[in-house]
Amino acid sequence: MNKKTSKWKILTNGIFKENPVLILLLGCCSVLAISVTVSGALGMGAAMTFVLVCSNVVISLLRKIIPDKIRIPCFIVVIATFVTLVQMLVQAFVPALYDALGIFLPLIVVNCIVLGRAEMFASKNGVLDSLLDGVGMGLGYTLVITCIAVVRELVGSGTLYGVRIIPEGYQIGIITQTPGGFFMFGAAMALLIYCLGKKGRHFDPRIGCDGKCGNCNFNCENREDNLKLYENQAALEAAAAATEAEKEGNKA
Amino acid sequence: MSTMTTTVSPHIRSERTTQRIMLDVIIALCPALIASVVIFGFRALLLTCVSVAACVLLEFVWEKAMKKPVTVGDLSAVVTGMLLAFNVPVGMPIWEMLIGDVAAIILVKMLFGGLGCNFMNPALVGRIVIMFSFTTDMTTYAVPKLSYPIVANVVDAVSTATPLTFMDRLGWDSFPKLLLGVHGGVIGEVCAAALLLGGIYLIIRKVIKPIIPLCYLGSLLLFSWLFGGAQPVLSLFAGGVMLGAIFMATDYVTSPFTNWGKVIFGVGCGLITAAIRVFGNYAEGVTFAILLMNILVPYINDLTMTKPLGGAVEK
Repeated sequence: MNKKTSKWKILTNGIFKENPVLILLLGCCSVLAISVTVSGALGMGAAMTFVLVCSNVVISLLRKIIPDKIRIPCFIVVIATFVTLVQMLVQAFVPALYDALGIFLPLIVVNCIVLGRAEMFASKNGVLDSLLDGVGMGLGYTLVITCIAVVRELVGSGTLYGVRIIPEGYQIGIITQTPGGFFMFGAAMALLIYCLGKKGRHFDPRIGCDGKCGNCNFNCENREDNLKLYENQAALEAAAAATEAEKEGNKA
Repeated sequence: MSTMTTTVSPHIRSERTTQRIMLDVIIALCPALIASVVIFGFRALLLTCVSVAACVLLEFVWEKAMKKPVTVGDLSAVVTGMLLAFNVPVGMPIWEMLIGDVAAIILVKMLFGGLGCNFMNPALVGRIVIMFSFTTDMTTYAVPKLSYPIVANVVDAVSTATPLTFMDRLGWDSFPKLLLGVHGGVIGEVCAAALLLGGIYLIIRKVIKPIIPLCYLGSLLLFSWLFGGAQPVLSLFAGGVMLGAIFMATDYVTSPFTNWGKVIFGVGCGLITAAIRVFGNYAEGVTFAILLMNILVPYINDLTMTKPLGGAVEK
């Protein structure tokens, strides 16, 4: 029973609590650019979810083989393989969507969500968990980009999934342009954090924290201890490197 | 004994309240409003009244809804409403202007904490929003009712362009028309004479210091001449630069508070305006210039902070 709930938690984690776009603030570029039409947003969400799930599974399978020092290039190769697959499939079967997504489809390779989940989750967890995490994160991304696109398409172009709802001449054009994208993105972020606060589940700035407090400005209770630990570790590593260099020197 | 009360300083209070300053600005805007009614007809007055009412109402409703003290009495929303209406052409549909009012009051002013917290000039952001949303309506300038078009061969029965688009064809004989405002443009910008009158009133009442307007106009003149723009002197009286330099760039909240800061701010506005006018795709660059400099204001303030007299010297 307990195991089941934890699997359920991994799945829903990406949708609200650790939503990749609105809480982790990853992959914002494609959200801002593609959320102009609902059809484009849904297509982008589907492509993203496919790549996330596949790359999470494969990276999780390979996690014990991939050497730590070159893990990022390895992740990128795996991700790029699946993105190329998606790109070819979309180009062959849905050319209209291919044109609508443009450069943002191949750019999934360097999308922070995919790489971020590979680094933060798939390289540390089992295959099933990574699969569920990929599905959850993909759904979270799709949900956000589609919600933003519904508002932007309705207000900015007066249509919904290409069907005209508001008569011609009563559109607020700025919403479909870049400033409107940024504004809707900020509004969605504020809304989610407001809703979480209402439910008593306050936004936790430590989400996605890897204990490396040197990269973070937030003052949490572990900050000082972690920073000390970090410094000690750095000092130890430096000492180890120095002794190794000495040994090498002696050998020579 | 009981009649004496002890209070903390300040004990000397000035008569200069926000309300009084805003009232002075409204009085200073009135000549331009009267001129625009004469030039464009009563729709100019209608648009201004609707915009003012919308701004005041929006601020009131927002503060009621958010359970905050109601501050519409300080008249700043009235000034924002007037300035936004001054920035639309007389033929603008009212609902489109109201979108600008919402952007100005809710987006820029109230969401950031009300008067004193807005990081940009609210009226100008309202203008930008409707400019990007309804570009055609925003650049369709009605022919002045009063008179004949400024240059015979650019006339069109319904609309005309701002003189900035055909500056190279203008001579000094058109100066009186530019000064009096019988040419195409938005409601409030056309009559340079009325705007200057308002500016002089503000300077006499010590509501604004003349530094920003003078630096703005001076540097615009210098840079348009340097960049090779057509008719640098005449172009000071065309487009929105008078309205912008006197009423928008001098907004207390979004302009630097040190004198040298004001100089940098004014020169920066002039430089950007001249660059957009001469090299850019847009005929007019006043809005972009003032908004860009608004963003830089905190840094300009830091850069030009005056050292306290007799204060410790930093080593």
